[in-house]
Amino acid sequence: MNITEADIEKIAQLAHLDITDGERKMFAPQISEIVTYVEQLEAIDTSPVEPALGGLTREGERTESSRPDVVEPSLGQKLALDQAPDPASGHFRVPKVLG
Amino acid sequence: MELILNLRDRIVRGETSVRATVEAAVDAAEKLNETLNAFLEIDREGALNRADKIGAQLSSVTNAGETPSLPSLTGIPIAIKDNICVRGMQTSCGSRILGPYHPPYNATAIDRLLNAGAVVIGKTNCDEFAMGSSNENSAFGPVKNPWDTSRVPGGSSGGSAAAVAAGIVPVALGSDTGGSVRQPASLCGVIGLKPTYGRVSRYGLVAFGSSLDQIGVFARNATDAALILQTISGRDPHDATTADVAVPDYTHELKNDIQGMRIGVSHALLGEGLDEEVRVAIEKAIDAYKDLGAEIVDVDLPHAKYAIAVYYIIATAEASSNLARYDGVRYGFRAEEAPALRDMYRKTRDQGFGAEVKRRIMLGTYVLSAGYYDAYYLKAQKVRMLLRQDFANAFAKCDAVLTPTSPTPAFKFGEKMDDPLAMYLNDIYTVTANLAGVPGISVPCALSSQGLPIGMQLLGPYWSEATLLRLTSAYQTAHSFTARPEIFAG
Repeated sequence: MNITEADIEKIAQLAHLDITDGERKMFAPQISEIVTYVEQLEAIDTSPVEPALGGLTREGERTESSRPDVVEPSLGQKLALDQAPDPASGHFRVPKVLG
Repeated sequence: MELILNLRDRIVRGETSVRATVEAAVDAAEKLNETLNAFLEIDREGALNRADKIGAQLSSVTNAGETPSLPSLTGIPIAIKDNICVRGMQTSCGSRILGPYHPPYNATAIDRLLNAGAVVIGKTNCDEFAMGSSNENSAFGPVKNPWDTSRVPGGSSGGSAAAVAAGIVPVALGSDTGGSVRQPASLCGVIGLKPTYGRVSRYGLVAFGSSLDQIGVFARNATDAALILQTISGRDPHDATTADVAVPDYTHELKNDIQGMRIGVSHALLGEGLDEEVRVAIEKAIDAYKDLGAEIVDVDLPHAKYAIAVYYIIATAEASSNLARYDGVRYGFRAEEAPALRDMYRKTRDQGFGAEVKRRIMLGTYVLSAGYYDAYYLKAQKVRMLLRQDFANAFAKCDAVLTPTSPTPAFKFGEKMDDPLAMYLNDIYTVTANLAGVPGISVPCALSSQGLPIGMQLLGPYWSEATLLRLTSAYQTAHSFTARPEIFAG
């Protein structure tokens, strides 16, 4: 599959990446080549095969992963906000959402 | 730096102190970092404080006239890849987008190492978000290979591999999503072990490909690798994918007798694209196992040739989802001059991520996008199932499969940076283990004519780490790899 610069722009929008013209020009042929390479899988007959979704090992799948719903201490507001680029009054402040 | 058991014995006998041991590691890390760029943070003060505390506990026991019964890693210095959370230190993942991030908690593997008495001396450099096979994708400059500083150390855990290879620390942790522990171990001449999926908790390991990621161990011999694996393995309520499988006493199972064990070899994997010197080294390793009494059997992994294609669909799909969290809101870097929220997200991610990370996020976004999911992602998961069946068939005939770890020894900086697909093909022998979830180990087995290490890889059935370590120990006892890079620190 040939991936054009317009395709790259669309994918970048979906991925929330504001890429530059230079990046668009670089990525289009590179991603085309990789996508063409992975398309070799089309040649394999997988019609009777179940996809490998879920646990990888039987033991992993059997392991009980539910637990009683008990209240435990959480990170707390101070620590949670400690690394924020723009904390304000106990919140994460962001630029305006609309507009 | 000596091996763990030697160090520990000398500490217990009072021939050296915990402080002297840790200080030697920190000194070596600082000195060699100018050459190797293996560490992104060296915590001299924190490591020495901890060393003094452990030393004080030790002397209070000794002064009371008791023979100290110590946790298994008392006073052992260790280096940690900078995508595994250690409280009090940075976690950058080799990326600018995390800014000065300092995690407020320890990864489970770190808690377990600390409980066993280990001392973390620093955080090691890596490809950004563990995406790369050469370390050239680190935002903070590449790690240099201790054997030849004009060459790559491999990736993505290149800093941890270089730190052990250069003798700064006896052991280090890395993470392995497609070979990121085994391949740099091979290129740097040390052991690199990727455990079975679900053996070691991923809690506190920054997620890349969640169905593939596993924390792994770098060491110089099988005993040290066994000691670390034993410490960090086991069920963790914080990671629902850890399995409830008993952790064996790996060091106890390290016998050198491998008489009658069966080693599988796939000749199809020793053909095209494999460096001639690596092929010869692997054939010699196969002969060495025959001499040790192992039986060599032919196995076929007919879908292994599709592994790179499967991997770069599944790993990028998972990465595009996992890396969506880096948006400049809650922690890390935020781009300036973005008047609206959506602009802020986009500018932050464009300025914060490097080229390879963007390439993979976009590939993953593409393969998951409407209309393409069945053709790429679902197809890849089906071929992944076929590959798992290949391994199940192979392991019905043998105890482990032997392959090269990497198709070539360490290559030069810049050689593959303009050709992402050529770089991905470095992982041809290693991605299979992550896709199937089986454990694998890379063991140094030769030096090339240019004096560069060559590694062999052993892959085993689920939960067969003890077998892999036993095969490693038997090989190393018979064919000890004593070569050291010139800059080796003590």
